[in-house]
This record gives sequence, C-alpha cells and structure tokens, in this order.
Amino acid sequence: MMRVFEFLFPRRPPTAAVAKERLQLVLAHERTGRDGPEFLQDLQKDLLRIVQTYVEASDDAIEVRLGRNGAASVLEINVELQRPVRARRAIPIF
Amino acid sequence: MGKVIVVTSGKGGVGKTTTAAAMATGLALRGHKTVVIDFDVGLRNLDLVMGCERRVVFDFINVINGDAKLNQALIRDKRIDKLYVFPTSQTRDKDALKREGVDRVMDELRAEFDYIVCDSPAGIEHGALSALYHADQAVIVTNPEISSVRDSDRIIGILASKSRRAERNEPPVAEHLLLTRYSPERVARGEMLSVDDVKEILSVRILGIIPESESVLRASNTGTPVILDPSSPAGRAYEDAVARFLGEQRELRFAKAERKRFFRALFGRAQ
Repeated sequence: MMRVFEFLFPRRPPTAAVAKERLQLVLAHERTGRDGPEFLQDLQKDLLRIVQTYVEASDDAIEVRLGRNGAASVLEINVELQRPVRARRAIPIF
Repeated sequence: MGKVIVVTSGKGGVGKTTTAAAMATGLALRGHKTVVIDFDVGLRNLDLVMGCERRVVFDFINVINGDAKLNQALIRDKRIDKLYVFPTSQTRDKDALKREGVDRVMDELRAEFDYIVCDSPAGIEHGALSALYHADQAVIVTNPEISSVRDSDRIIGILASKSRRAERNEPPVAEHLLLTRYSPERVARGEMLSVDDVKEILSVRILGIIPESESVLRASNTGTPVILDPSSPAGRAYEDAVARFLGEQRELRFAKAERKRFFRALFGRAQ
C-alpha cells in the first residue's frame, strides 16, 4: 500500500537547503579573493602550506579575511581541521 | 540633480529589462520625470519591452558621437506623462560606449530628469561596467537560483569597487535586492531558495519580490510595462517595489504561498 502511495506521490528531498549551503561555501571563498588586498590570497597559500606540514588539512581548510573593528584592521585567520589533531612529530621545512 | 539607478544582475535572463521598464514607469506614474536608458549596446531590447521600437530614430551612440542631440534621441512615452525612453544602438562596435561621451550624456540627463534608470547588459564587461559606473542606487535583480545569486554577489562586489562613488570615496551605491520569478509554493516545498535565504547570503535589503507570473510574457508581447497591468500579480509587486524605493513602508506580498482553492489546484492557476 505504502509503495503504491509513493509511486503516485513521489517524495522528492528538499534541495533548497543544499543550494544555500553550497552558495555560502563558494561565496565565502570567492569574497576572500575579491574584497581583500591581493596579498591575502598569497598569505592564505603560504599559511596552508605551513599548516599542512604539521597537521592534516584539506586545501580549503584556511580562510583569511581582512576585516574592520572600529578604526583598526583585523586579520582573521580560521583553520578548520577535519579530524582531532594527534600529536605528530613535526618535520621542519625551513 | 537627478538620481541614477542601475538595474543590474550579472546573470542574463533574470528580468533586468522587465524591471527597468517597470521601475521607470512606476516612478513616472508617481510624478517623477524619469528616463530609462538601454546600456545593452548591440542587443537593443528595451524599446520592444517599452513598446516604442518603431519610433527609434537616433540612439545613445549617436548622442555620444555628437551625431544627434539628446532631445532628438529621447522618446516620449505615449501612455505616461514624464516618462522617456533612451534606446541604444545595434552597432557591433564594443567600444561604442566611450567613457567621456557617457559622462557627458549622464551629466545632461541628471540636469534634466529626477530619475535616470540604466538597464544594464548581462555580464561584467564594458557595457555592464558603464551602466553601473554612474549609479547612486542599484537594483540587483536576482532569481532564487544558485547561479543567479552567485553572479549577484559578484556584481555587488563590483559596485563597491568600480563605481564612480567608490572611485571618489563617496558614500557607497545604495543597494536594493529585487527577487524575481519567485514561487512561494516551491519555497514552501523546500525546492527553492527563500527570500530570507537570499537576503542572508547576499546581505542586501529586499526591495521586493516579484512572483513568477504569466503576465510578464503577456506584457512584453504587447510592449506594455507589466506595472501597467493592474490584474497582474507581478505588476502589483513592482508597484510595491517602487513605493518602497520611494521610502514607503509596504508589507511584502507574494512571499507566502496562498492556500489554493480546490478547483484552482485541480485545474491550474489562471494567472
């Protein structure tokens, strides 16, 4: 009976939430590149390289933003790691 | 001094020309002397939507090049007092919109009109940049759909960095978001981004919601700005948007799904 019902009225999963999440992710990334001064993207790349030598981090793990707080500029750096960090011997690169 | 409003979006086909025509007509209906300019050089269409395609003699590019005077190119609307259409050229010359020429024409228009509505071409090339350069206010036309929202975000960034106001360190271009082709029923079913979603993502205040409506095609078929069709939900929504633009408080209609009556649900909607 349930099958007949589902055949007649197929339920589609709501997709708007997926759209919103994808947009927020892609725009956060694009705005970093666009709004900030040019060095921000280079800084982001360098930071990522360094972080990745110490812990596992995906290529989009770092977000660098230049914001304002009153008269001062604030450099905001967010690093998101997928897994809890395990102690690991650092391999210095320099 | 007149105010310059750019109607822009980044993405094509979202309703810029429909919106520019409706907004300009709405402003003129409320007594403001208004001109609507087509910046889409090479792909002239505003004349068709405004229903004055057979009255085009001189165009924007003729005036820029000094081949015609401004008042020779402006077409006075036959329905609405104080409404003028400034058509563009069909030339394929991409650089026809010369910077100094556009500056001069805009200065002349500012002296003459209360509102100058610029219908931007799609994209982020020269034509779109020229259309937004002089803007004091921007109406960003967006469909509740990912590529349109993304492109709107891009255009918002460009408004903040490439406009004349940005160049001169003046107060920024005032941004207004107009959500078009909105279907409250689909939003209610979770199939379409809601007005709140789009507002949250773009952080721009909402000027209006234009519901998806068959009357928009009917209006362009006949060259009548949809705002002149009082039976059209889209027309009424544009009227609300114009009122809000002029500072009136109006409730946001067409945001919620109306409960369909049984027979309407069965036989589809007539509008």
